[in-house]
Amino acid sequence: MEEKDIHSELASIRSLMERSTKFLSLSGLSGVLAGIYALTGAFIGYSLIIEKYSDLTISDSYSINPSIYHQLYGIAALVLSLSILTAILLSIRGAKKKGENYWNPVSKRLMTNMAIPLATGGLFILILIAKADYQFIAASSLIFYGLALIAASQYTYADVKYLGSCQIVLGLLAAWIPESGLLFWAAGFGILHIVYGSIMHFKYKQ
Amino acid sequence: MKNPLAQFNKAFENRIRLQIMSVLVANVNYDFNSLKELLELTDGNLASHLKSLEKEEYILINKTFIGKKPNTQYSVSEKGKTAFAKHLDALENLIKQQKTP
Repeated sequence: MEEKDIHSELASIRSLMERSTKFLSLSGLSGVLAGIYALTGAFIGYSLIIEKYSDLTISDSYSINPSIYHQLYGIAALVLSLSILTAILLSIRGAKKKGENYWNPVSKRLMTNMAIPLATGGLFILILIAKADYQFIAASSLIFYGLALIAASQYTYADVKYLGSCQIVLGLLAAWIPESGLLFWAAGFGILHIVYGSIMHFKYKQ
Repeated sequence: MKNPLAQFNKAFENRIRLQIMSVLVANVNYDFNSLKELLELTDGNLASHLKSLEKEEYILINKTFIGKKPNTQYSVSEKGKTAFAKHLDALENLIKQQKTP
């Protein structure tokens, strides 16, 4: 056996081990777009609040008038659905470009591992809303999203772990200073996504 | 000098069988259709290689049904794991020997 044969054999083993355990069609661009949606949403949210209260701090005074919250949930839900849709569509496109099937054992594992913390967080937030306890909503969305990213990072680029850790830190800060919850939310879902997405786009561009 | 090829595992001489083992070693289990797509093989080709690995007792097979569709999961046995590691060692030794003739 020639040396270059051995090297090609080893290279094929390594590539298969990686491709069979990691989903590498996640697109950095979808991160940037999700960030833009979130910043737009946060900006609209701020405008709504300023218009009604001429003050940026989220505090108990809003609880008297829950309609503003309903508008904010609407925006948040729209941002979330648009982001997920973009991420899925761009990942499918990326996988197709590489000639891979996007629905394979790794992407299934990635989805289930993300779904558990995300669904838990979603239910937790619904409970907070039902109990009219609004101050920790921004914090919990950041924390559960960060946990979901860390769970997902085992099955995709390891860099996702850093994004997850940053989201958790922002979430804890948002819990500490709930008046600025919306600011932290915009920083986490908006700015962090754009920064991370751009880094990934240039780091892994083929 | 000992011939390093003597340690080579005949079952892994075939590239496809080595590739199947690589995937199974890295994952808890893997199903037939996903293996087929990943390795870009035909049904018959993959089945015959799996059969020979099964004969060596390197892989374990778990047949179940999802609804009415058969779902066959493959995983690596302890014996297969050891054999695969030994084969990698042999490859490594071969490279070392060629570097220092």
